[in-house]
Amino acid sequence: MTNDKLIVTASPHIRSQDSVPRIMWHVVASIVPIVACAAWFFGISALLQVATAVIACLATERATGKGGAIADGSATITGLLLALTLPAGFPLWMTALGSAFAIVFGKQVWGGLGHNVFNPALVGRAFLQAAFPVAITTWPAPNGGFLSLKGDLFAFPLTHPLPDAVTSATPLGLLKFEGKGTSLLDLVIGSTGGSLGETAALVILAGGLYLAWRGYLNWRIPLSILITVTAVSGIINLVDASKPAPLFMLFSGGLMLGAVYMATDMVTAPITNLGKWVFGAGIGVLVVVIRIWGGLPEGVMYAILFMNALTPFINRATQPRVFGTRARSAA
Amino acid sequence: MLTFASGFRHGVHPPEEKGLTSHLPIRRMPYPDELVLPLRQHAGKPAKLCVKPGDRVERGDKLAEADGFMSVPIHASAAGTVIDVDWWPHPDGSMAEAVRIKVDRYAPQVARPRMVPRWEGLTTDQVVKAVQEAGVVGLGGAAFPTHVKLAPPKDYAVHTLIINGAECEPYLTSDHRTMVEYPERVHFGIRVMMHALGLTKCVIGVEKNKPDAIAALERTAPADLDVTILPLTVKYPQGAEKMLIHAVTGVEVPSGKLPVTVGVVVQNVGSVSAIAEVFETGLPLIERIVTVSGHGLVRPANLIVPVGTKLRDLLAQCDGVSADAAEVIIGGPMMGQAQPNLDAPVIKGTTGVVVLQRAETRQAESYPCIHCGRCLDACPVFLNPSLLGDYARVQRYEDMAELHLADCMLCGSCAYVCPSNIPLSQLFQASKLALRRAKAVVA
Repeated sequence: MTNDKLIVTASPHIRSQDSVPRIMWHVVASIVPIVACAAWFFGISALLQVATAVIACLATERATGKGGAIADGSATITGLLLALTLPAGFPLWMTALGSAFAIVFGKQVWGGLGHNVFNPALVGRAFLQAAFPVAITTWPAPNGGFLSLKGDLFAFPLTHPLPDAVTSATPLGLLKFEGKGTSLLDLVIGSTGGSLGETAALVILAGGLYLAWRGYLNWRIPLSILITVTAVSGIINLVDASKPAPLFMLFSGGLMLGAVYMATDMVTAPITNLGKWVFGAGIGVLVVVIRIWGGLPEGVMYAILFMNALTPFINRATQPRVFGTRARSAA
Repeated sequence: MLTFASGFRHGVHPPEEKGLTSHLPIRRMPYPDELVLPLRQHAGKPAKLCVKPGDRVERGDKLAEADGFMSVPIHASAAGTVIDVDWWPHPDGSMAEAVRIKVDRYAPQVARPRMVPRWEGLTTDQVVKAVQEAGVVGLGGAAFPTHVKLAPPKDYAVHTLIINGAECEPYLTSDHRTMVEYPERVHFGIRVMMHALGLTKCVIGVEKNKPDAIAALERTAPADLDVTILPLTVKYPQGAEKMLIHAVTGVEVPSGKLPVTVGVVVQNVGSVSAIAEVFETGLPLIERIVTVSGHGLVRPANLIVPVGTKLRDLLAQCDGVSADAAEVIIGGPMMGQAQPNLDAPVIKGTTGVVVLQRAETRQAESYPCIHCGRCLDACPVFLNPSLLGDYARVQRYEDMAELHLADCMLCGSCAYVCPSNIPLSQLFQASKLALRRAKAVVA
């Protein structure tokens, strides 16, 4: 062996097999069953939503990002998650617009992958909620044939005819605006009205457990959120029995999707383990507060976005204590 | 049997790869034609040359004297003739002054008869002197002069001697084989050290993945000494001094302080058996056990190697390297030094030589930090490598010092786990150097 063939690098000379694309594609794979679930309940409309969002995200990423950035899988995740927060009958041109917004204003303007402060999918959804408040709260009922199209999927871009399809309110909407409850069984199975990813709590939970087991998701955040929601809503329910019970809180709306897939976005969540508990607790409290006293039936999106903004401060306050010292290091 | 193992928080689990050599008995390698002995093989001052070109030396003869207390002599590891004293590639990547010896092929390689001191009658100072004269240094890699550790500052009460048999670096098995094959020698070295330090308590920490070593040490443990063999959790960097002390005593060595401040002295298994050698045969440290391993090597082995053997000759002993061999590392793959030149010699601190295949080496491309927090979970001293890495890239070295960069021991755990392939440990190495240089300018 001659000297000029030798590779010389600084230590360590080996590294683990995990990489950013590997983590991202595992997350994508764990979302596939949720999409399948959505397809089961909402038919082909769900698949059209997901396909539109993913393609729009990838196209935007390709147009605005660095070369090869598509391969890391993060834009695919943004597309999938955004689609799962939308109703099945949401006009597809709006989905595409929201996806582009998510990538450009949720990620690229901050400097691309790793630099954004807010969860891109939620930025996209917040934009859609502000721009199209009626369309985004028009929930088709989870029934009808697989091939029946929900709502007004193919509305011509920039038009928004009022939907005349069969609609149903979400469990949270029913409770808030009509004072009606929903059976827990329906909630758990997912046969209720709502966004694509609101209706499959158990499948979402399974996906989260898989990712946590593989080490691709930090279990502290969802656990912290779920515990806080249970505790806070439990206390409120004890004081005032007319408020929803903890189990209803856990399995309704976007809580599971938010807790497992949105709040755990590594880029926008705190980096310290203690910070992750604080972050989750903050989301949990905000979700309950918004749902019970806020003007909207659902509060997961704003709870997460708000805590995203606090992430740098949580990081600073929760730096680990350096070995052999008393105090936490200042960051 | 359920064994209770001690450990530390955090750390990583790189593939051990010890199976390549852990079952192979130590064998002695034949003398090469030429030996190269750098004058700087230890932490502290380089030795002072005391031979000249053309001199005939016997095996064990002194080539260079210790230069002060923080220094040790260098001895000839084979009989032969001094060719020259010149600059030569050093395993740390630099060039260093080295004595080149043409080995006498027909010499019996018997050391000159020498007096072996009876250790029982010696005072601490005499033991310290004998160990220094034998050129013994820490064989775990850092090569800190061993006799200095035998004379701890008087302001601290030392209560425990800790023997480091963790050997947490992947591939390396030299300490493992030493414990399996020479447990009596290890125990004898411990006896001498406890005598010199005036201690009554000793703990040998061994990672649980070496049950045969633990069994051998337990079988041969002397009845009259308080020596405990403590199984440790298998985790990198369990063998780091501060981690080992924490596992054994439950105490954290304060940031920036030496182990002696918490009343312990730590010695590597190899160093202890080198001390035993001094008081058994009188031989100075002229050879050591080296693990030569890796998937880029044809025939891995545990070898007794004369200090000064060139890497080229050592690899030839193992039938050479495979076609796709790409990186030759002195030490383990986590903290070892990649070699740019195979003429560099094995020195006293060389624990092993690992040859990696091209596919095993690190790739260049990296992603931005996604704040997954794995580096925080890996760092054994609880630093925030993610933040330190951000600072290193924009050269905020002073801010890094505030974040306790000095406590980073460059174990490489953060860079090992980083899914974005950010060279964190490498950045910290460069940052530490930059800080030292800045300080040198100020001073």
